[in-house]
Formats: sequence, C-alpha cells, structure tokens
Amino acid sequence: MYSQGLIGADGSTEETQEFLDAFQKRIDAEEKIEPNDPMPEGYRRTLVRQIGQHAHSEIVGMLPEGNWITRAPSLRRKAALLAKVQDEGGHGLYLYSAAETLGVSREQMTEELLSGKAKYSSIFNYPTLSWADMGTIGWLVDGAAIMNQIPLCRCSFGPYARAMIRVCKEESFHQRQGYEIVMYLARGTKEQRDMAQDSLNRWWWPSLMMFGPHDADSAHSEQSMEWKIKRFSNDALRQKFIDATVPQAEFLGLTLPDPDLKWNDEKGGYDHGPIDWDEFWRVVKGDGVMNRDRVKARKKAWDDGAWVREAALAHAVKREARMQAAE
Amino acid sequence: MALFDAVLELADDHLVLGHRISEWCGHAPMLEEDLAMPNMALDLIGTARVLYDHAGKLEGQGRDEDVLAYTRGEREYRNCLLVERENGDFAVTMLRQFYFAAFMEPYWQAAANSSDAVIAGVAGKAVKEMAYHIRHAGEWVIRLGDGTEESAAKMRDAVDELHRYTGELFEEGAAEGEDALPSRASIRPAWEATVAGVFAEANLEMPEVRYAQTGGRNGIHGEALGHMLAEMQVLARAHPGAVW
Repeated sequence: MYSQGLIGADGSTEETQEFLDAFQKRIDAEEKIEPNDPMPEGYRRTLVRQIGQHAHSEIVGMLPEGNWITRAPSLRRKAALLAKVQDEGGHGLYLYSAAETLGVSREQMTEELLSGKAKYSSIFNYPTLSWADMGTIGWLVDGAAIMNQIPLCRCSFGPYARAMIRVCKEESFHQRQGYEIVMYLARGTKEQRDMAQDSLNRWWWPSLMMFGPHDADSAHSEQSMEWKIKRFSNDALRQKFIDATVPQAEFLGLTLPDPDLKWNDEKGGYDHGPIDWDEFWRVVKGDGVMNRDRVKARKKAWDDGAWVREAALAHAVKREARMQAAE
Repeated sequence: MALFDAVLELADDHLVLGHRISEWCGHAPMLEEDLAMPNMALDLIGTARVLYDHAGKLEGQGRDEDVLAYTRGEREYRNCLLVERENGDFAVTMLRQFYFAAFMEPYWQAAANSSDAVIAGVAGKAVKEMAYHIRHAGEWVIRLGDGTEESAAKMRDAVDELHRYTGELFEEGAAEGEDALPSRASIRPAWEATVAGVFAEANLEMPEVRYAQTGGRNGIHGEALGHMLAEMQVLARAHPGAVW
C-alpha cells in the first residue's frame, strides 16, 4: 500500500555534490543510515513522508476492519479480528516512532492526517460490506502490503527497516488468517460462497492499485530507488502479487474479476486487463466512498479524547510537583 | 444444573464487558489506549470462551461456546447490569472496567483452589489479567479524577452513574451453595478496599446508593443489552448452522 507514500514526494535537495556522493557511497555499500547520520534533506523529507503515510495507513486501516469486530460471527473470529486490528495499531505506533527519529512529532503527523494534508493508502477508502471482506482484506490487502514491505526490511534507513521486520511477520500471519476466513466461506453454504466471490470482485482491482501507478507514470521512484528507500518498481511488485494470488484463488474455486487475466508463457507470469486509473486518482484525491467518513472518524476520536489527554498531562504535572515537594 | 447456570453467569459477564470494550477499537483517545483496550477485551473474551465451553459440557446438551453466545436473547443472558452499561465517555468505560476487575481479581484468587479443575485453571490465568486491569483502569480513574476540572467532573458523573450497579456484584446468583465457586458476598471487603484506595488518590467520594440496581442474574436487564446482542448476533443468526 505504501508505494503510494511516494506520490508527490519532494526528493529535491540542495547539498553539495561532494556530500551527496559520499552519502550515495554509503547507500551503495548497503550501510544503514541512522537518525543522527548526515543525510540529504530530500532523503529525510521523503522518508518522513513515506513513514508518516505508512503509519497513517495502519491507523486508518483499523477502521474498515474495526467495523466488523462487534459483528464477528463466532467468538474465535471475534478474538482473532480484535487481535489483528490491535496489531495494526501497534504497527502505527512503531512507524510513528521511526518517523519521530527524523525530527517530526506524532502530534504533528496526526494533525496533518486530520487536516487532510497527509495521505494514507487509498485502499482504506473502500467500505467493508460483508464479513467476507475481513477475509479478503487479510488475503489480498495484507498480501499486497507484504509484497511492498518485504523489500522495506532492507530499506537504507535503519529504524524503518528494523520496524518492518516485525511488521512483516505480523502481516504474514494476517494474510494467512484472512485466507483461512475466505477458505471457510468458499467451502461453506451457497450464501457464504457468494459472499466470498462478491468480496473478491470488490477488492481485487483496488488491491492491484495499492502498488501505485505504472512505472512510466511513477514520478518520484527513480531517486527513491537510488537511495534504496524503494527497491523494486511498482509494476514488478504488482506482477509478483498477481502471480502469487492467481493459484490461491483457483484453489478456493473463486474467480478473479478480470476476463483478460491469462498466463503468458513468454514472460513467465500473468497478463492482466487495464487498471482503472481514473478510479485510483479519484480515490487518492479524496472522492472514494469512505474518504470523508474515515477522516471524520479519526477526527472524532481525536477531538473526543482531547479532555482525556489534557487530564493525563495535568495529573502528571501535579504528581511531579507533589513528588518534588516531598523530597 | 446450578453449576451450569453459575458458570454461564460468569461467562456472560466476561463476554458482555469484552464486547463493550471492543467497541472502542480504533476510536480511543490515544493510540496507546487503542492498543490497551483490545488487550483487555481479548482477556475477557478469552475467559468467556473457556467458561462457555465448560458450561456447555456441564449441561451436556451439545451447546458449544458459539451456540451459547450467539443464540440466546437478552432474557437468557445472565450478566450483571454493570457490564452491559454503554461505554459512555472514557471515564465511564474506565470506571466500569475498574469496578469489575476490582471484584474479579479477589474472586479468581478465591477460586484458584476450586474443586472444579476448569474453574481453578481459569482462575490461575485470569487473576493476573484482572490485576493488570485494576492497575490500568485504576490509574485512569486517578488521572481523570485528579486531572483537570473537566475530567474530575466527568469522573464524578461516572461514579454517580455506575455505583448503583455495583451492589449486584455481591449477589450469589446461581452459585448459591455451590462449593466449586467462591461466595460473591465474601469478596465485598476486598473490593471496597481496592476502590477506597483508588478513590482516595482520585479525590472521589464513595457515594451513598439509595437503591442498588439488580436483576441481571434473572435476565432482567436494561434496554441497552438487547441492542448490543442484536449487533453481536446478527451475522451468526442470519446463517443458522454455517461454519465460519
């Protein structure tokens, strides 16, 4: 989902060529860049943007799945979904912490999310309309996220790369859990199978869009590739995802909603039909079904919680004063 | 069947409160609470699952945890009224959690030597979880009670709203005369001591309750429970017999 974090990223930088060459040498030697190391301003800015958007995606991503916690159809599923959504919150926390090492605060990033200045993955602007969506999101959305994030474990920025290692382990568990949900539906009653197919029909194309625009239209990829923030192109990752997913759908007896999907012997992968990039840009720019509701829900949680955060701070100050007085 | 009914009461308490807390997921006042509240919900739902499974076996009619959780209506639910109260604001949610945990922690301590091996097993694990809930929710009661004027007022309102439901915690219910479970009435001194300790730090006064609300153990609930169950059970009930 997170290659979208580079959309609009400004990698421009004003350091001397000597400084940039020395930095690039470290990158090329696969050295990890740590928070206190000298780095080009463009590198720092690109990472703040990407990690921040990744964190926001995790936080906003709690909402579509949270939508079904109270309606999960069995206690086992309820517990697993709760734990999964909690994991997403945990990922948000590590990622905000990783971004904070670059000199930006969580509060600042939150304000940018709530004001609409910062983006999050467009996938979360689609609604979850059935229980099957809990399976499909795990299978496809987390599956696509893993494709993007495995290479991020080798990202040149140390704190981001390290956070990704744990995130990927958990995402991989979520992906299997999602697939298991869909498997139960696919082997269940006719209503359950229909639910699974309908869900797949709705999530397939948005999942492919998660990898971002085609390489030819991906404006800021080159610099990020050079800095090893990004290691594979959008199209390469998308292809990998499709090739992995087609046999999984076949195993379930479900049909991917693309009549042009067929094996291409020559390239050793599947060809697919055209992606509706108008839809993609519409949703990125704020006109998806759920864009307004997602931000509104986050804003409501933040505003409703203001008095709690203020009270915690006021209490901490009082307690500190009492402790000092007692000394 | 007294033990079946008594275990069901316990299971219902845990599921209903776990469900209530889970409603917060993604909407908490801060990210740390978005992690902490699902944790508490998971503790409670995990305990409920073991208890439902046990109750189903005690009953011997083939009802498993999901049949017991998803096919009974509000008259058949036997939870106490405290746990079904709506989340309200963060003060109400944390106080409700604190009241319940302050009861369950000594309860599970007393149940640790139960002649019923499943109950003793649950108690061993749950006692640690409840100690954590007391600490987490109790610290919030203190922070809010001794925070700003606004938070102190909200905390006093929460006490005013919820305290009337605490008396029911000490009613024996279906466990009356059951050796496998502790006497609920015997837990009162420990509960009062825990609450008094936190209230002192939170600048809260223990209110006089004119009439303690009760009835949950007989299936006489407030109106909010039916809506909660309707939401919780809608999918399971729409597909009878389906496996998820």
